[in-house]
Amino acid sequence: MSIGSFMVRRLGSSLLAIAGASVLVFFFLHLVPGDPVHQLAGGEATADQREEIESCLHLDRSLVAQFGIFLGNIANGTLGHQCPNPEENPTVMELILEVLPYTVELAIGGMIVAIALALPLGIVAALRRGSWVDAGAAVVSLLGISMPTMFLGPLLIILFFVTLGWLPGPAEPDAPFAIVLPSIVLGTALMAMLSRMTRSSLVEVMNEDYMRTARAKGLPERRVILKHGLRNALLPVITVAGLQFGALLGGTIIAEKVFARPGLGTMLLEGINERNYPVVQGTVLVIAIAYVTVNTLVDLAYGVADPRIRRR
Amino acid sequence: MGGGASGQGRVSPSAKLGVVLVVAFLAVAIFGPVFAPHSPTEHDLDRILEGPSAEHWLGTDQNGVDVLSAMLYGARTALIISGSVVLASAVIGVTLGLIAGYYGGFIDELIMRVVDVLLAFPGILLNIAIVALVAAPGIPTLVFALTVNGWVGYARLARGQVLSLRETEYVTGARAIGVPPRLIMWRHLLPNMLAPLFVFASFAFGGVVAVEAALSFLGLGPQLNYTWGALLDQGTTFVWQSPRLVLIPGIAIMLVVLGANLFGDGLRDKFDPKRYSDRP
Repeated sequence: MSIGSFMVRRLGSSLLAIAGASVLVFFFLHLVPGDPVHQLAGGEATADQREEIESCLHLDRSLVAQFGIFLGNIANGTLGHQCPNPEENPTVMELILEVLPYTVELAIGGMIVAIALALPLGIVAALRRGSWVDAGAAVVSLLGISMPTMFLGPLLIILFFVTLGWLPGPAEPDAPFAIVLPSIVLGTALMAMLSRMTRSSLVEVMNEDYMRTARAKGLPERRVILKHGLRNALLPVITVAGLQFGALLGGTIIAEKVFARPGLGTMLLEGINERNYPVVQGTVLVIAIAYVTVNTLVDLAYGVADPRIRRR
Repeated sequence: MGGGASGQGRVSPSAKLGVVLVVAFLAVAIFGPVFAPHSPTEHDLDRILEGPSAEHWLGTDQNGVDVLSAMLYGARTALIISGSVVLASAVIGVTLGLIAGYYGGFIDELIMRVVDVLLAFPGILLNIAIVALVAAPGIPTLVFALTVNGWVGYARLARGQVLSLRETEYVTGARAIGVPPRLIMWRHLLPNMLAPLFVFASFAFGGVVAVEAALSFLGLGPQLNYTWGALLDQGTTFVWQSPRLVLIPGIAIMLVVLGANLFGDGLRDKFDPKRYSDRP
């Protein structure tokens, strides 16, 4: 496949995914069993109040007109307004922009933790294959994969906040070093996965001809591993890390709840509890679009760098 | 983990641990509630947040509920939900995967596009969005929400298997003598992909247990106080007074997920020691 048609195909499937996500999010309001107006207004609402909410959510218009308004709200960057009293409340986009930095910070923190721990662990395990270090790394990664985020969080809070008092606990998102514990909690599962990948990738590379050649021409072992081994072994690891960045976004929902941090996940859960449908729709859409965009960029970058990826 | 090294027919210690954990979970989930000393919903406000005692082996929670009984009933709920999700996802996914792989063309393209769109969502976000639609989600809601994207992995696996099996001699032979497609899929294709399917289902089971617990933790599970995720959520509020309320459900969830992973690793090594990459 040529590079042009690869990019067109990849972008096409991403646009399809975003369009699919938007349609699903739009129909969300209509899939609510029973009457969303009733859910929002409550039992003792007067007919006037009900009518006001209905027109605020545009439920009195035709389905086509509603979809048009929905797309318009995406296009004008407001993502809709909250009902009732749209004038007094910030638009959904304003709410999202307020908390987005917290979620982005957390996702980046989780990624840094995952990579910073996974690479040394995987490299040492590969170089000392069969030793107790290798076995230990296998146990660590197995525990990391099996450990639920919502359990690791409280455990670390008990240890580092309650017992040792070294790091800030929940509900202090702006304290110095407050990002450390949530990042560890978020990054652990990915760390486990990446360390296994690093190990198997490096083990494979170690048997390549060019490694033997490098050794044969008298390069010191350190240089052979750093210059020839790691360089080739880490490419697939970095790609998977990039592709998992989107999955980390999903994990932030749990980490934010554990640490009572503001963010997209907290906003989504609050929206669900308050039956604030425009907020739920807006956050789901933003998370989905971010996920698709990151995955697409990683795929495209890798496809450009390595032509073998373009064959399907 | 550490598999491969063990010879054909021999079972590694980690696989044995996996079997023990999985069997223990099944036994507790099926028979546990029968032996539960108390009701999982019975409040005893005179005896809240008590430590382990002869009457309450694992102590009581903030409402005076017996933690052991809640855990036993929670195990059954976890098994009902996860078992149903794995079963429903496998049936739907394998059927669609067989159809996509066998017929190819337009229907294949259609099914795989749906798969792509579902994979374009972070899985848990889709689950949350579906559960959020319902005011008071019950077990069926949760099973539905987790199956909506749960079948995707099975479909991809089954389709891939069909593509490699459909040109084998016994399949082309069956087709040549006019065996109807449905019979070819049922008698020739399906039996030959059972091994990788079981391996995948084993990993998937652990995944479903974890996601179900996560949804319950977020307050989006079945509206029961005694699912493991809900117990963990309530426990975090009282982590200061009794860390036990976090440790017990947390360790339980971890052991089941660990067991499913080890069990899956063991199965994979047994069926096909050379392959390492079919973890979902």
